[in-house]
Amino acid sequence: MIQVAAFWLFATIVIASAAMVIFARNPVHSVMWLILAFFNAAGLMLLAGAEFIAMLLVIVYVGAVAVLFLFVVMMLDIDFAELRAGFVRYLPLGALVAIILAVELVFAVGAWSAGKVDLAARAAPAVTDKSNIQQIGELLYTKYIFLFEAAGIVLLVAMIGAIVLTHRQRGGVRIQNISEQNKRRPQDATRMVDPGVGQGVEL
Amino acid sequence: MTETFISWGMDPTWAWGVATIAGILLIALPLMLAVAMIIYADRKIWAAIALRRGPNVVGPFGLLQSFADGLKVFLQETIIPTSANRGLFLIAPIITFTVALMAWAVIPFNSGAVLADINVGLLYILAISSLGVYGVILSGWASNSKYPFFSAMRASAQMISYEVSIGFILIGVVLFAGSFNMNEIVKAQQGHGLGIVNAFGFNLLLFPLAVMFLISSLAETARAPFDLTEAESELVAGYQTEYSSMSFALFWLGEYANVLLMCTLNAVLFWGGWLPPLNIDLIPWFDIPGIIWLFAKILFFFFVFSWVKATVPRYRYDQLMRLGWKVFLPISLIWIFLISGYLMLTRYGDCKASERVHITQIADKETGKTYSVAPPKNSWDGICRSEIQGSAKVSS
Repeated sequence: MIQVAAFWLFATIVIASAAMVIFARNPVHSVMWLILAFFNAAGLMLLAGAEFIAMLLVIVYVGAVAVLFLFVVMMLDIDFAELRAGFVRYLPLGALVAIILAVELVFAVGAWSAGKVDLAARAAPAVTDKSNIQQIGELLYTKYIFLFEAAGIVLLVAMIGAIVLTHRQRGGVRIQNISEQNKRRPQDATRMVDPGVGQGVEL
Repeated sequence: MTETFISWGMDPTWAWGVATIAGILLIALPLMLAVAMIIYADRKIWAAIALRRGPNVVGPFGLLQSFADGLKVFLQETIIPTSANRGLFLIAPIITFTVALMAWAVIPFNSGAVLADINVGLLYILAISSLGVYGVILSGWASNSKYPFFSAMRASAQMISYEVSIGFILIGVVLFAGSFNMNEIVKAQQGHGLGIVNAFGFNLLLFPLAVMFLISSLAETARAPFDLTEAESELVAGYQTEYSSMSFALFWLGEYANVLLMCTLNAVLFWGGWLPPLNIDLIPWFDIPGIIWLFAKILFFFFVFSWVKATVPRYRYDQLMRLGWKVFLPISLIWIFLISGYLMLTRYGDCKASERVHITQIADKETGKTYSVAPPKNSWDGICRSEIQGSAKVSS
């Protein structure tokens, strides 16, 4: 009973907040609705018994990705009047994309309901007594180890690319060297001099 | 607790619901009381170190000061700046406060006393603590004022940076405990130090992580010396500048509930949680309820937090970033390698040379093909036979 109620609650909020992402006038509000959608999607994952994926969804998407979205949206001064100005000009292209997506959706639903796919293949594999994390780990680090490492390398390349693109070499910057500062002693920094009368001090 | 309600003749579903709500109240209400007293304790410790008296007027020894402050704030007028973004301005303190309460659901207070005994307890805490940044960002942006916005930028960058190293530090703990479940992590610490001490912190491999976690938790809760978000000499009161009345109080409560949570995490993850410090039955040592040991540890860490606040000057922002990214992150990464290497040597890699095999043909389980294995080529070649599932046969 409670699972059904929870499912409808999460599912309704996911769809409603996803719609609000598009309809909200303020971009910051859009991001907030997106976060609500992520959160409720995590709730749906929990209902499906995938607690590890649910937590990862919150940590990665809500905790990191959406924060960056929020940063960008807050920093950029988006002028909505200007964005709407191009509406008519881009309408044909947008309509084309929409039609293609709609056709694909129809095909997908048709194939899925008409095709002779047995239920066992459609449903998730039988749940064993092992926990989620163990199951994923055993699959990921044995059967899919090379794909997993390839994904890691792709991410590394992306990271290096981002750093190279945004790195800016600035001249004349004085960088603090903390270990050097800590090594400095009074006798290195000060000098006792005893100048004679009428003599200056060489600095 | 559900069983108790069922034994009173309640329907199991209703009993579960009532037990959960009772559990939530049993955690949240004492927590609010604890936050009020901990604010008082913080001010007293700070005052004592600065050779002042601290709050001493309201009630005996000033004990009721926090309640007086709460009442004062409650009776004040809520002011919303005209140019503020009304909805988000009001939601931000609610987010901070709610998130600070949510994480307590998985904290074990005793061997069975935990509201939600979930398998992914530590990940849940990471997920919830990553939400805390939203209260700060939103309040800074929605105030539509420059100092709160600067503060929000600083706070979010700081929290994200330190979450990275906290994540790696927690991996070290999880590797040793072998579980993400908070109660399992506590139980894994029993007799961890030579069978005498109940704490991960006494392990030489984990002690550096414990120190880094303590410092990172100071940074994560924006306490001194990392309180750049509320640096009063630069940013008035940081992201709380435009807030008044109850919305201000919610920030205040949420902040201290977070501090208590971080103290609790220090105690639970590295210093044995509800276990007594020593694994020897000296006096009726194990008869003292676990919750008392846990509270003693939490209070100790809170004292450390206040002590640091009273003694250490504030970091500069670039130094804060340097500490997070250039010191803690590399060290915690190296420590992950050290710990997993040590565990491979001592716990998981217990495979005799005669049991080692070399795989010549890797087969798929779904296709039904078996593995073909051969004797290892040299002393470090091959994997343990027990790691190969299914019907493997040696074809030399």
